[in-house]
Amino acid sequence: MTPVEIAGVWKFYGDFPALRDISFNVEPGATMALLGRNGAGKTTLLRMLAGLSRPGRGTIRICGTDARDRATRHSIGILGHGISLYEELSALENLRLFARLYGLEDPDGAASEWLERTGLEKVRDGLVREFSRGMRQRLAVARAFLHSPSVLLLDEPFTALDDRAIALLQSLLRDATAEGRTVVLSTHQLREALDLATHVALLVRGRLAYTGKRTGEMLEDTGWLYRQYGEPQSVTA
Amino acid sequence: MAVPAVRRAPIRDGMSPPAKPPMKPPRLSFFRQTFTVAWKDLRSELRTKEALNASFAFALVILLLFSIAFEPTEDETRQISGGLLWLVFAFAGALILNRSFARELANDCLDALIAAPMSGAALFLGKTLANFVLLSAVEFVCLPVFGVLYNVRWTQQFWPLAGVIALGTWGLTVVGTVFSALTVNLRLRELMLPMLVYPILIPCLLAAMQLTAPLVMGEPLTAELAQWIRLLVVFDVIFSALALALIESVMVR
Repeated sequence: MTPVEIAGVWKFYGDFPALRDISFNVEPGATMALLGRNGAGKTTLLRMLAGLSRPGRGTIRICGTDARDRATRHSIGILGHGISLYEELSALENLRLFARLYGLEDPDGAASEWLERTGLEKVRDGLVREFSRGMRQRLAVARAFLHSPSVLLLDEPFTALDDRAIALLQSLLRDATAEGRTVVLSTHQLREALDLATHVALLVRGRLAYTGKRTGEMLEDTGWLYRQYGEPQSVTA
Repeated sequence: MAVPAVRRAPIRDGMSPPAKPPMKPPRLSFFRQTFTVAWKDLRSELRTKEALNASFAFALVILLLFSIAFEPTEDETRQISGGLLWLVFAFAGALILNRSFARELANDCLDALIAAPMSGAALFLGKTLANFVLLSAVEFVCLPVFGVLYNVRWTQQFWPLAGVIALGTWGLTVVGTVFSALTVNLRLRELMLPMLVYPILIPCLLAAMQLTAPLVMGEPLTAELAQWIRLLVVFDVIFSALALALIESVMVR
């Protein structure tokens, strides 16, 4: 079963097509880096994959079913632009809340396990509003992984993370793909993304300019893909 | 200029590990999720008391100002009690309802709730329950204050009064929570919510006012008031059913 299938997807904001005829699949265990400049449509595409927004045309299927299907949503873990955590609740309460919403059998156990894995067990009872930006982002990572989703959708996951936290997230993502989970991540941090990615998709003004395997050239020269397939740079005096 | 090479074949790395077998989704209880959402909202509100403090302060100030400004006689109190109380409840309620979905905007929490494997109806019902509890708390603090300021023995018909207040408050919170979801992304949501909600609430408020006026004065309900009870019940049933059916399309666009 293909975890992510995108076929002929368009998305309109009013009359403006934010995404134009996007089609590609992502197979189990693959990490797809979704690249593109600001406004290229990366977040719009990730939101549709997560079932937070509907395509104007075309179809999106996650694990063979509609992304809005309730059973499908159980197999999706999303880390969006916002951390999606409640400031007035503690770290433990936040994770326990989502563990319950995802119907996990042992919400307390799952929450404690992920607090430990993300190095937040000492501040488990601290309110999120008292956390630093990096701690919030680590807690958000824990929330996204909490229910062992088979498809992970991450929008700018490295933002606000320090080197140690980036290494932790990369290790979690490598473990996830080794277990056969699928990762789709959008980022401007090309080095971190290309280190992880097995495949790359480049969006240019809502169009798919390139999809394919991540190559050695991309890793050696992170600007190569943009120069080859991206928009021509505007000439400045 | 080089033509971009777009490859749309399925992407598959030959070395990829086998697909993780799809996990059997756990059985998710509608009511468990509903109470989880309600608990979360109540817990958040009791920690910050943002809406609750504003709502209490507003309600108490209005009751106090009216009693000082008009010094109503017993007969005047009988005439205005239902209207005054429900105006206070409706406006104090708007302060609570405005926060209901707006609370989810910080950190994009609403996205995480919509992405979770629960129905929009469970999310809606959880939020409505939390709003109902909060508004009921405000109302049951207002009643003794009203009794003292207006010299009314409101406890004489306590259970019928509690029933009428519960029915009216449910109608208010159901409609208010739906419109809280609809207006959550508007910049002028604090203004838009009352403008949209109050016209729809007219039948509910009218019935609640008619029924509350005699009860709060300690008089029992008469047979001729039965039509207002029926109106209140029908309003609650229709709007609860409509809200539960339509909330999913309100939240995912």
